[in-house]
Order: sequence, then structure tokens, then C-alpha cells
Amino acid sequence: MEKFNYLLRLGDDSLILGQRLAEWCGHGPILEEDIAMTNISLDLIGQAISVLNYAGDVECKGRDGDALAFLRLEKDYKNLLLVEQKNGDFGDTMMRQFLFDAYRKLLFERLQSSTDKQLAAIAEKSLKETRYHFKHSAEWVIRLGDGTDESHKRVQNSLNNLWRYTDELFYVDASDKVLTKQGILPDLSDLKSLWLQEVNTVLDLATLQIPTNNWQFEGGRKGVHSEHMGYLLSELQFMQRVYPNMEW
Amino acid sequence: MSQQEWPLWEVFIRSKKGLNHKHVGSLRAPDAQLAVENARDVYTRRSEGISIWVVLSNDIVASDPSESPELFEPADDKVYRHPTFYDVPDGISHM
Repeated sequence: MEKFNYLLRLGDDSLILGQRLAEWCGHGPILEEDIAMTNISLDLIGQAISVLNYAGDVECKGRDGDALAFLRLEKDYKNLLLVEQKNGDFGDTMMRQFLFDAYRKLLFERLQSSTDKQLAAIAEKSLKETRYHFKHSAEWVIRLGDGTDESHKRVQNSLNNLWRYTDELFYVDASDKVLTKQGILPDLSDLKSLWLQEVNTVLDLATLQIPTNNWQFEGGRKGVHSEHMGYLLSELQFMQRVYPNMEW
Repeated sequence: MSQQEWPLWEVFIRSKKGLNHKHVGSLRAPDAQLAVENARDVYTRRSEGISIWVVLSNDIVASDPSESPELFEPADDKVYRHPTFYDVPDGISHM
């Protein structure tokens, strides 16, 4: 049960951020970046497929990845609040991506040594994709932060708005501790300090400041989502709800 | 606000080890680093390559199309420049 719960958290982060990035399709600021964002979206959806299919196997109730992705209720999604936040402008999207990628890269590096072979294999494959995502989003954060007055002001604003969702990246509960004891989750206690280092290096280059207001939100990991989640899910689930079991 | 466009870059992809980089197209990017990343996304997403070169289109020096007659036509009637007049002995393959 703990493992199922963890796989939902991992898979839902990929699924929901993948869905958000897919909303950019055809709306990117420039053709090349439109393709880059949808490529990243497809990487994330691919990760969600592997993780949620595995979650279905672990659960043993006959649900596959599709059933988990498309037919759960909002409170049963366990993704971070960060990934369900609206796209906003291009700077908001890149900042959200950057904060998430920095965390995901470190997480997958660790998960490679999970005693769960399947999880370790998924982490190893996803790490390569995530390293590129991080490189791309970090390059953009640097260019927008250290760009024009306008771009600096706007992306600093993105950081101010998104920072409050970053504590949840390191959310740990009793369920995780059981997995750590079993070696399925490696020791992740220093993940936050490594993440801060990584993030600070880029933000320094970008001449951006971490906001001093340290009020933090959480809830996604427990299935308590922001007001944006329902709209996102209604679009994500539309086809399966209207045409149950449809395939193409 | 100024509507200055990003510079144009020419993209060259090496499809396999041992082959040379081939021109595949062009794209726009604000600088060299992002030009490589954009080229990765635009031109290698279906496993087309293992190496990327990008070059500012402005930096390419090209021959003048109006000089084509004097540049290229003189070579057309010099068949003896092709190694086609040798008899290849039996038993030599890969020629």
C-alpha cells in the first residue's frame, strides 16, 4: 500500500506537469520553444505511463495506467501543488519547470539505487530526460533573469509566486518512512540542502532573489489540491468520461 | 517594444559515427547554447543524430548564384576527371 501510494505521487507529478506543458502546444512564444515544451511534456507523460502502469500492478485491483490516469477523483491524485499551478506566461512556466526539474534530477539520481528493481530502472531511464529538462529550464531562467529589465521583473515575480510551493517537494510522511526502512526509498534527508545549492547557483547567475516571505503551502501529496486542479482534470479526463473505454 | 528577431542558425547533424555532419535546416535562437538545444528538439527528436553543429547563418560565405556558369559549367565536359576509365580486376569488391 505504501509503495502504491509513493508510485502515485511520482507518476502524478509527471502526469499533471505533462498535461500543463501540453497546454502550450500551438501557443509557444516561438516555434522552437513550442516544440521543446511539448517534447518535455511527452517525456513526462511517458514517465507517467511507466510509473502508473507499475502502480496498477502493485495495487493488484485490475487497474492499469490508463485507469489510474483518467478515472480517479481529484482527491485521489497525489501530485505536488507546484505542478498543477497554471502556466501563466513563459517565464512562469520555465520557473515552475526549473524548480521541479532540479528536485526531480536529484530524486531520480537517488531512486536509481532503490532495492525495487522496477523503480530503479524507471529512475535510470527518466534521469536522462530530466537532466535535459533541467538544463533547458535553467538556461531560460538565467536568460530571463539576467535579460532585460522587463524580463527580470517578470521572472522574479514568477519566483515569488511559486516559491511557496517548494517546501512540499520534500514532503515526507509515515508511508515514506516505511519504504525507507525497506530500502525501496533511499535516504533522501539531504535532498533539500542539495536542491537549495543547485537552485541557488542558477538563481545567482540569473540575478534573482529567493523571496523572504517563507509562508509555504502543502496539500497535494495528501490529495488536497488548489482550485486549478478540477479544471485541469476535466480536460484531462474528458474523453474517457464521455466515451468510456475508448481507444485510438 | 522592439520586435527584433532572434538570429538565424544553420543546423548540421551527424547521423552516425563515421559519417559527416550534414546540413538539415535552420532555426532561430537567441544564442549558441540555446541554438544547440533547439536543434536537439527540432531535428533529433526521432533519433536522427548523435552530434549537432550550429553556425550563425550570417557567418556562412556562399558562392554567387549569378557566377554559376563560370564556376561550375567548365567541369561538366571533363569526364576524364572521373576515375571511370580503369578496369577493375575481378575479385575486388566494394568499388
